[in-house]
Amino acid sequence: MTGSKRAVNIVLYVVLIGGSCICLFPFFWLIRSSFMELTQIFEMPPIWVPRPFKWSNYSDALTALPFGRYFWNTLKIVVLEVSGTVLTSSLCAYAFARLNWPGRNIIFMVILSSMMMPGAVTLIPQFIGWKELGATNSIIPLTVPAWFGGGAFNVFLMRQFYGTIPKELDEAAFVDGAGYFTIYSRLMLPLTVPPLIAVGLFAFLNGWNDFMGPLIYLNDDHKFTLALGLQLFKGTYNAQWNLMMAATTVVILPAIAVFFLGQKYFVEGIVMSGLKG
Amino acid sequence: MRENGSDRRAKPGKKWRRARKEALFGFLFASPVILGYLIFVFGPLAFSLGISFTDYNILSKMSFVGLANYRSLFDGTNPFFYKSLLVTSYYVVLSVPLQVVFAFAVALLLNRSIRGKAVFRTIFFLPTMVPVVASSVIWLWLFNPDLGLLNQVLKFLHLPQSQWIFSERMAVPSLVLMSLWTVGGTMVIFLAGLQGIPKHLYEAVDVDGGTARHKLFRITVPMMTPTLFFNTVMGFIGSFQVFGQAYIMTGGGPNNATLFYSFFTYREAFESMRMGSASAISWILFVIILLLTLLIFKSSSLWVYYESEGKA
Repeated sequence: MTGSKRAVNIVLYVVLIGGSCICLFPFFWLIRSSFMELTQIFEMPPIWVPRPFKWSNYSDALTALPFGRYFWNTLKIVVLEVSGTVLTSSLCAYAFARLNWPGRNIIFMVILSSMMMPGAVTLIPQFIGWKELGATNSIIPLTVPAWFGGGAFNVFLMRQFYGTIPKELDEAAFVDGAGYFTIYSRLMLPLTVPPLIAVGLFAFLNGWNDFMGPLIYLNDDHKFTLALGLQLFKGTYNAQWNLMMAATTVVILPAIAVFFLGQKYFVEGIVMSGLKG
Repeated sequence: MRENGSDRRAKPGKKWRRARKEALFGFLFASPVILGYLIFVFGPLAFSLGISFTDYNILSKMSFVGLANYRSLFDGTNPFFYKSLLVTSYYVVLSVPLQVVFAFAVALLLNRSIRGKAVFRTIFFLPTMVPVVASSVIWLWLFNPDLGLLNQVLKFLHLPQSQWIFSERMAVPSLVLMSLWTVGGTMVIFLAGLQGIPKHLYEAVDVDGGTARHKLFRITVPMMTPTLFFNTVMGFIGSFQVFGQAYIMTGGGPNNATLFYSFFTYREAFESMRMGSASAISWILFVIILLLTLLIFKSSSLWVYYESEGKA
């Protein structure tokens, strides 16, 4: 009995470790290649550890195109997106979770169902709309929508969390003469910091990783985001795999760092969304 | 709140005024997302249906063309329509089941009491953090027929090598393989679902002398059907819209083998500037996804178990 249990456990660990290696290998290969001489990359059989570490790949890659500017452009967009999403999704979720008003539930269901809608359908009319307003080739189309609730998923997530806070709390504050906005800003906001962090992290990654949005809306090189910059780099230096790998590493790094900083909130956020059908 | 209706009218006073104020603030606070829905979802949806009946191309004045856009897609005047539908369906049919089964299997393994659970979870989730441009560059490198790692491994094992994304036959399967790398997001949702299964159900199986297989197929799988359902629907919607990989890695090639539907729409809209036709194309996708989702929803009563409805 215990013998077979141990065998099962060994198989389990072998499978998990094997799977982890497959997951991590592309990262390893990326970083390995980013530190190599071009000639070393092409050597057969492949060399595992670069010798010597060629740090200058990074400086070469980062100065070949104005990556500093791309970083700044991306940061601007992401900060505006995150702040808009965090502020408006929580205010809207507060209204849907804790205030009674006619049509509340049906409106919520309609908005939630938009989660199922393919973004491609609204992309073209949105583009035409921004074009008519003269707002294309700017960060406006990429950031303004975040200030309108930050998407159905985030409102949903926040609303789920609001459901876990006792109703007596609002009631007591109300009796003390607090208005609704005061209850939201003084009472609810401090209580909902963990899901707000989760929502903020999701918004950050959405903005950081977005490719199609910037591709459609930004035309001038100097307005490009990191994702577009990397795509441009790939087109220009497509034979120089070592430099390309260095640039790619730099683009990935912030996303990975943010993930590690907020790991706990990520998983909690996903659990919080409940997904009970 | 409904029950208060009658006495609300009976004694209009403090309580009534408060309800009215609450309704006012509720609507006010919810207005960003309501407006957002109208401006960025409902409005565009209606607008794009409208222009799908025109020859709108941004530059010149638009005129009404009736069903011409739809006709030229369905009668094959635009040769890429059926091709892109075929290619996308192939990708969806191949990737969604694989992604769901793969993610579920990993989640089941990670849900056991094992050491280093959090570390494994992080490792499996990590690839989903990578921006699509970056993952495309990495996989372009791995897929490289002459120098890429995958072919070198095959060579080492004395197996036939592949042209991967550069071969018409292997391009879509290669991108499906790549999509399995980022299955961690789905896996975390499964893990969350697994943690919600009450322990006493498993204890009941133990009491009855059931085996691990009983636990899996009589408890875990039935209890997980809502999550399976959710992940399948979201997987469908996501896979139908795959874009970045095709744009960055293959440019839709070779010989249109990866001309995914979203990429086809993008080309029609932003390269050919045929906004009317592109709107028709995207509306067809909308209807396809809607019908498929409805189909899955309809079928869900056969295989999805909801606790609140169950007799247990």
